[in-house]
Amino acid sequence: MEFSFEIEGGNFSKAGSASSEVKKILKQLNVDPKIIKRTVVSLYEAEVNVVAHAFKGKMNVEIIPDKVSVAIKDKGPGIPDIEKAMQEGFSTATSKVREMGFGAGMGLSNIKKNSDQLNISSKVNEGTIVEIVNYLK
Amino acid sequence: MVKVADVVDKLNARIVCGKCDLDRRVQYGFASDLMSDVLTIDTENLLLITGMNNLQTIRTSEMLDISYILFVRDKKATDEMKELACEHGIALLECGFSMFRACSELAELGLKPVY
Repeated sequence: MEFSFEIEGGNFSKAGSASSEVKKILKQLNVDPKIIKRTVVSLYEAEVNVVAHAFKGKMNVEIIPDKVSVAIKDKGPGIPDIEKAMQEGFSTATSKVREMGFGAGMGLSNIKKNSDQLNISSKVNEGTIVEIVNYLK
Repeated sequence: MVKVADVVDKLNARIVCGKCDLDRRVQYGFASDLMSDVLTIDTENLLLITGMNNLQTIRTSEMLDISYILFVRDKKATDEMKELACEHGIALLECGFSMFRACSELAELGLKPVY
């Protein structure tokens, strides 16, 4: 099963709608609620990152019987130093993002915590790809 | 465990959205205006206490299966927030207390901290 959702950069009123759709699908598939929660928390963090930092993005979801694989690809400024960005507390978020209750530099580490596999690749001034895999059993 | 009815009564709160079962009970409370912090919590049966009134408060609660949000400092949920909350079965409560006062009253009722 494959799904794809658009993510609009800068539009906080829609932030989370892609992750919400994935949650609905996983619930319909009777996935363990704990696995659903871990998965959608990591997707939501990644989706908010696209809204906060990029111009636009896409969430591509693939569900096979034993795992859910998600690639969140954006066109945006990219991450110059991924290792640094993974450090808790490091943030380049604007004041607008902080006013929304985010931008504390906790997103990427929380994605890592809630994912079985995480891979981040990025090119400065082009964009970032966040790949998340969670096993369903 | 604390009855939602007792939360409403103790804080003189208003239920502004949701089919709120006043006999349901919540066990834990977590207070924060920072959704990044809330997203690190993995606790069932939680009441979120916050002064952050925007759509992302509702989205964050949806992802974490939080069924009750209490807005403090007289923060009002917008119509858009109410609509999204109702869609996901989240009850919204509003009260005029500061976060500190709301938390101390709730602790007195027996609501437990997450950590």
